[in-house]
Amino acid sequence: MTSLPQAPAPGPAVVTRRLRKTFGHLVAVESLDLEITRGEVFGLLGPNGSGKTTTIRMLTGLMQPTSGDATVVGFDVRRDSEAIRRNIGYMSQKFGLYEDLTIVENIRFYAGVYGLVGAERETRIVELMNELGLTERAGQLAGTLSGGWKQRLALACATAHRPAMVFLDEPTAGVDPAARRRFWEIIYMLASRGTTILVTTHYMDEAERCQRLGFLSRGHLIGLGTVQEVVEQFKLPSIEDVFIELQRRDEGAAA
Amino acid sequence: MSLIDRLRRASFWPMLRKEFIQMRRDRFTLAMLIGIPAIQLALFGYAVQTEVRNVPTVVLDQSHTPQSRRLVDMMANTRNFRIIGTVTNREAVRNAIERGEAAAAIIVPPEFATDLKRGHTAQAQVIVDAADPLSSAAAISAAALTGARSGPELTGRSTPVVAPAVDVRVRPWYNPESRSSHYIVPGIIGILLTMTMVSITGAAIVRERERGTLEQLVVTPIGKTSLMLGKTIPFALVGYLQVTVILVLGKLLFDIPLRGNLVLLYLLIAPFVVASLGTGLFISAVTKTQVQAMQLSFFFIMPNILLSGFMFPRAAMPEPAQWVGAALPLTYFLTVMRGVLLKGVAMNDIWRDALILTGFAVVLVAMSVRKFSKTVE
Repeated sequence: MTSLPQAPAPGPAVVTRRLRKTFGHLVAVESLDLEITRGEVFGLLGPNGSGKTTTIRMLTGLMQPTSGDATVVGFDVRRDSEAIRRNIGYMSQKFGLYEDLTIVENIRFYAGVYGLVGAERETRIVELMNELGLTERAGQLAGTLSGGWKQRLALACATAHRPAMVFLDEPTAGVDPAARRRFWEIIYMLASRGTTILVTTHYMDEAERCQRLGFLSRGHLIGLGTVQEVVEQFKLPSIEDVFIELQRRDEGAAA
Repeated sequence: MSLIDRLRRASFWPMLRKEFIQMRRDRFTLAMLIGIPAIQLALFGYAVQTEVRNVPTVVLDQSHTPQSRRLVDMMANTRNFRIIGTVTNREAVRNAIERGEAAAAIIVPPEFATDLKRGHTAQAQVIVDAADPLSSAAAISAAALTGARSGPELTGRSTPVVAPAVDVRVRPWYNPESRSSHYIVPGIIGILLTMTMVSITGAAIVRERERGTLEQLVVTPIGKTSLMLGKTIPFALVGYLQVTVILVLGKLLFDIPLRGNLVLLYLLIAPFVVASLGTGLFISAVTKTQVQAMQLSFFFIMPNILLSGFMFPRAAMPEPAQWVGAALPLTYFLTVMRGVLLKGVAMNDIWRDALILTGFAVVLVAMSVRKFSKTVE
């Protein structure tokens, strides 16, 4: 058990090759080929049930792929899930906070789970709380926080160990616009230090903040590139139009 | 990195620390965990007088001799039987019991005194209304005991006189008066440990699943061992605290005899606690919500209360009920506890039950760890 994350191997942050996941007859993710560069803010978009969360769950080691390969920060998702866990942070839609613990206790717990102890851990806690503006509420129970505060606390917990890559699964669902803006400032701050970010979202303004986007539809990656490239690829005026068009196609196919 | 450093950084510690903070903050549950032993003890010790006194009894004395009258007197003197009248034939005995006027009958046949004189086994019969297994067990034990005692007294020889009419073996010598407050203390310890270890532990883990923190934990480097140990050890400690509360209160309120070796007692609690924690872990692995976990643990606890020998003597149960009882760790735990606590027996008398308990612990933990690991994946 190492205190600092085992140095992530060089190369792209994420590489998937023909990654596939099925649940019985249902194909959740089909033949996904994807590459995410180090330090990139990558957005994964798609209607509900398009395979975003399944993709994240495979990349974070929560779920084994049915077939295909993937590496995350240089480690194989099948063989080195332990090494991946040390080098990534994950923030789920549910935030994964202990509501009966205070802000500082939540951070201390996750920092401890990531192997930080003693003065090293306490220094990191102070640092995180300052960066994310949590200091003034350090002693407040997480359960009594509003959505925006919970979100920032969850991010603090997920990044306590300075991971090389952070997965954010719909992090801003149910959070007010001001808090969302604040959250994105923090995401850019992380990215500026070289942290790779993979984020899923339903908000088009957030999608436009990503450096590159991947569009999933019924398990297939059907669009990839910068906002500009994706819009041109579909010959539609905006990302929002692309999204709506995809949703319409999905529903048409399902009907 | 040195072993000590690895130990220091083990994710077990933050897990343990978190559990204690959460436990401290959940005042209601904590108060329940510590308060329940006291309330249950008072409830069972004072209110539920399972000791059976004064079972209304009719006498059919066909011998009409000083010996037979002496036997009936001895029975009455145990205070388990309250003689409500004498009858003259068996039909009247049956009627009295069927109408519910009597719950027991002492029948001394005509040849009782002559058999005694000739040195034969003099037989007397005690009929007990077995509808209530508690009173029947108490009455039967009293009858058997009195029978054994009356032999030497009536004849001057040590031959057993009364063969109990119903073949139920009760071992009355460590609790000859069927003092239930004594008998109930080991039972309360067992039931409480079962409730705490199984239902509270099960729910505590399922809560993490419900709130999404379990998923969050799985993407951290926390090991499954740390997760499970950190989650269960605090409850094991609570269990030991409960045992201590019951023992101290039992001593203060009911003066229960602590005959056995307390160190041995605390040691023997361990396999039972582990087995129960295993069950709790298993329940948490097969349920998705706290409500489900609570229902399932209730489903598990009911047979423990009814069939383990906690409430009713197992000997008085129909065979299938005895089989179910034999599959419950609590059954063996009760034997062990009653043995050590009340009889003061040593390890060599209860090693078999202790071994079975340990077996339960190993199997249940192995099963639930496997099941739990799978659901976490």
